[in-house]
Amino acid sequence: MKFERSDLLGIEDLTRDEIGAILEATDSFAEISERPIKKVPVLRGLTVVNLFFEPSTRTRTSFELAEKRLSADMVNIAASTSATVKGETLKDTARNIEAMSIDMLVVRHSASGAPRFLAEVLACPVVNAGDGAHEHPTQALLDMYTVRKKVGKLDGLHVGIVGDILHSRVARSNIWGFTKMGARVTVCGPATLIPPGIETLGAAVTTDLDGLIPELDILMLLRIQTERLSQCFFPSLREYAEIFGVDSARMARARKDVIVMHPGPLNRGVEITPDVADGPNSVILEQVKYGVAVRMAVLYLLSGGERTSEDTH
Amino acid sequence: MKILIKGGRVIDPSQDLDGAADLLLDGGAIAALGPDAAAAGTADTVIEARGLVVAPGLIDMHVHLREPGREDEETIASGTRAAVAGGFTAVASMPNTEPVTEGEEGVKFVVAKACDAALARVHPIAAVTAGLRGEMLAEIGAAAAAGAVGLSDDGSPIANSGLARRALEYARMLDRPVISHSEDPGLVGRGVMNEGRVSTRLGLRGIPNESEDVAVARDIALARLARARLHVAHISTARSLELVAEAKRLGAAVTCEATPHHFALTDEAVASYGTNTKMKPPLRAEPDVAALRHALRTGQVDAIASDHAPHSQEEKDQEFDVAPFGIIGLETSLGLALTELYHKQVITLVDLVRLMSTNPALILGLRSGTLRPGAPADVTIFDPGRDWTVDPAAFLSISRNTPFSGWQLKGKAVTVIVDGRILLRDGEITV
Amino acid sequence: MVLRDKAQIMDADDIARALKRIAHEILEKNRGARDVILVGIRTRGAPLAKRVADLVKSIEGTQVPVGILDITLYRDDLQLVAKQPVVGKTELAADVEEKVVVLVDDVLFTGRTIRAAMDEIVDFGRPKSIQLAVLIDRGHRELPIRADYVGKNVPTSARETITVKLVETDGEDAVSVQEMADEI
Repeated sequence: MKFERSDLLGIEDLTRDEIGAILEATDSFAEISERPIKKVPVLRGLTVVNLFFEPSTRTRTSFELAEKRLSADMVNIAASTSATVKGETLKDTARNIEAMSIDMLVVRHSASGAPRFLAEVLACPVVNAGDGAHEHPTQALLDMYTVRKKVGKLDGLHVGIVGDILHSRVARSNIWGFTKMGARVTVCGPATLIPPGIETLGAAVTTDLDGLIPELDILMLLRIQTERLSQCFFPSLREYAEIFGVDSARMARARKDVIVMHPGPLNRGVEITPDVADGPNSVILEQVKYGVAVRMAVLYLLSGGERTSEDTH
Repeated sequence: MKILIKGGRVIDPSQDLDGAADLLLDGGAIAALGPDAAAAGTADTVIEARGLVVAPGLIDMHVHLREPGREDEETIASGTRAAVAGGFTAVASMPNTEPVTEGEEGVKFVVAKACDAALARVHPIAAVTAGLRGEMLAEIGAAAAAGAVGLSDDGSPIANSGLARRALEYARMLDRPVISHSEDPGLVGRGVMNEGRVSTRLGLRGIPNESEDVAVARDIALARLARARLHVAHISTARSLELVAEAKRLGAAVTCEATPHHFALTDEAVASYGTNTKMKPPLRAEPDVAALRHALRTGQVDAIASDHAPHSQEEKDQEFDVAPFGIIGLETSLGLALTELYHKQVITLVDLVRLMSTNPALILGLRSGTLRPGAPADVTIFDPGRDWTVDPAAFLSISRNTPFSGWQLKGKAVTVIVDGRILLRDGEITV
Repeated sequence: MVLRDKAQIMDADDIARALKRIAHEILEKNRGARDVILVGIRTRGAPLAKRVADLVKSIEGTQVPVGILDITLYRDDLQLVAKQPVVGKTELAADVEEKVVVLVDDVLFTGRTIRAAMDEIVDFGRPKSIQLAVLIDRGHRELPIRADYVGKNVPTSARETITVKLVETDGEDAVSVQEMADEI
């Protein structure tokens, strides 16, 4: 059970075994964050660049910590994709960075397919930290790891993903990941925010959250972005919260041991109420904790050397 | 100079002709056609056409030549060279140049430049609205007088229905067709590819079929109201095809054209995020492509036109979201039509000539598109069985943005004669 | 690369006697089992450490803490190896601060594994001292590392390799020498 790719661009292309290998590796890395000295020298001397074209505190910090705990040298670059900023092309930006002899690139971009575009141009490994509405593989991996840690397995679980599925890369990556690992996924949200053909990714679809909740082992909530209001996907945040928000009343209809997840950041009072977010079923903070471990595992697995000699240990 | 084309299979739908015949050209006109053509006078040049198809010069009625303004992408000279290499004797050039080709001045520029530098004939299409801004009418009367054969805001729809109606009425007065880029901007939004399973999987914003269906329905309704001639450009959906067919049944003067990429590729081609699969209208899903091929078979589509849209390498070499829409097509159009339609038994060679010569000439009111004696000596001789591989590096166009690189095609132009001058001989440009 | 069996140098009884002697030597050198922690280096050092702990218990009556150390992330040769080796968990079982940490491994060869193990141990805290117990010392040190407790010294050539099999990992107890043979 090995992971032998040279980039991590998405979950869609991964096999069940490859996902399993990453989750297995994560166990060892989770332990490092519990040590007094939270550092191992494995990526010492390697340079990792975090190239973020979209603002992000959470994901970027998580990658940063992962890189530092592996003793890598890291650089954060907050670039701009504003159409009005006539700057360098994406290709030139990446090439310039690579020319500085970097060993790995972690990239987040608002254009779906951008990490793949870069992986084709660059020689170093590329990690997709989120591209447009396409994929966010490390998020899905940490979500799966968190569930496995809490429940002990992934097979046969029923996962519900609730929110703006249309624009969500987290939803897509999780649909791919959980279904490959043997779980069942149902997406739920306003009809205007369900993408056409989502069933072909393996998910069931419903707009009835109340009917869905009692069936779920995992309740994953997505952040609703306020800009969707101005694009007329639903009339108001209040109405959204009314029909699709999860509060203690809705939680009362859920299974006793249902796990509540959210990739963050939370819109308290919109998709989730504070008491649920901070309640006993919530694993939101654990997701953050395991996020660092998962990213350490991914960086480690991608940083392999020559592909010739066998392990001579 | 007299040119005799011997032994070919002459296909001329305008005369219901399909059979072995000889063709004699005298100077810039067709002199004689038929078994006695050889007897009509000694020829200076004899072209052996045995095993080949001899057709009235092919006309690509939807081409972007990028001059003035983007000569780095294409010029009238390079674009018409590419056209001849592709088997065309004439192209109709779209007005979304910089500055926009509108009014007397814009059209005269194109006409003069073409006179000077073009290999194939260039028939200018002028803008409908000033600056293509969709706010006010451009001086289309003056444009028509200066030589514009059609009117279009191609690249954009005319969003304001009231203005679109006025444009159609005015165009009727000038007896010019309005060529519509039918799309509803609100439904297109910031979409970059066809909306469907593939766009969902790739996380790219989608352009639903209905953005075209709704606009075609509107354009047809307005054309009927204005009693004007409407030509729907690059038709791509099953429903649009139905609407056009219905309009014809109701007696409206509506025609439509399809591009080779819309009958050769589906939206699955976008899976690798290659920007040479990004154009408008987008590549559609399988059912629409099947409907288009069916419509081509049953004669519901009037013309094949490439929508040749050159773009520089740097501009296309970007993320999918940001890369400009459009691909080139002059040098692959005939090959794709023969490979994907003729050799797959979707259409006959007679249909093909009608789609690529006869009808475009009728729609644009050109004297070519026929081999009747007295017509201009524009002839395309092609070999329907010639095997070749698409190699963009060998293209005569300045640009290279094609998704067909490496495709094995069957059928190619061999000889092209424009105005009695042999410009392409045995597949090579002679000038 | 083909390995040809050359000789078996220890059987199950030999291994048992060696480990018993090592357990006695640890107790002798440290004057008892107080403040001693055994840490087995993955993979085969781990069961060996457990066995030594059990032997110490049967001799002194004291249960010494036994931990497992995975040194993959501290290796100095990761850039030379094929796709990243699988990393196992490190579980130290007890705080190392001011303790005598006895590292246990099956074979001592170049010394690089022990170097990595020491670097990792000191990242957990500051032991009073670190000692090393190995079942086999085959020579060819590339770093200034030496074992405090050795089951058997087996001088070898560079073409030879030592193979240790343990019941817990391989189903039998045996130590053999193999030689790299040319392909036939």
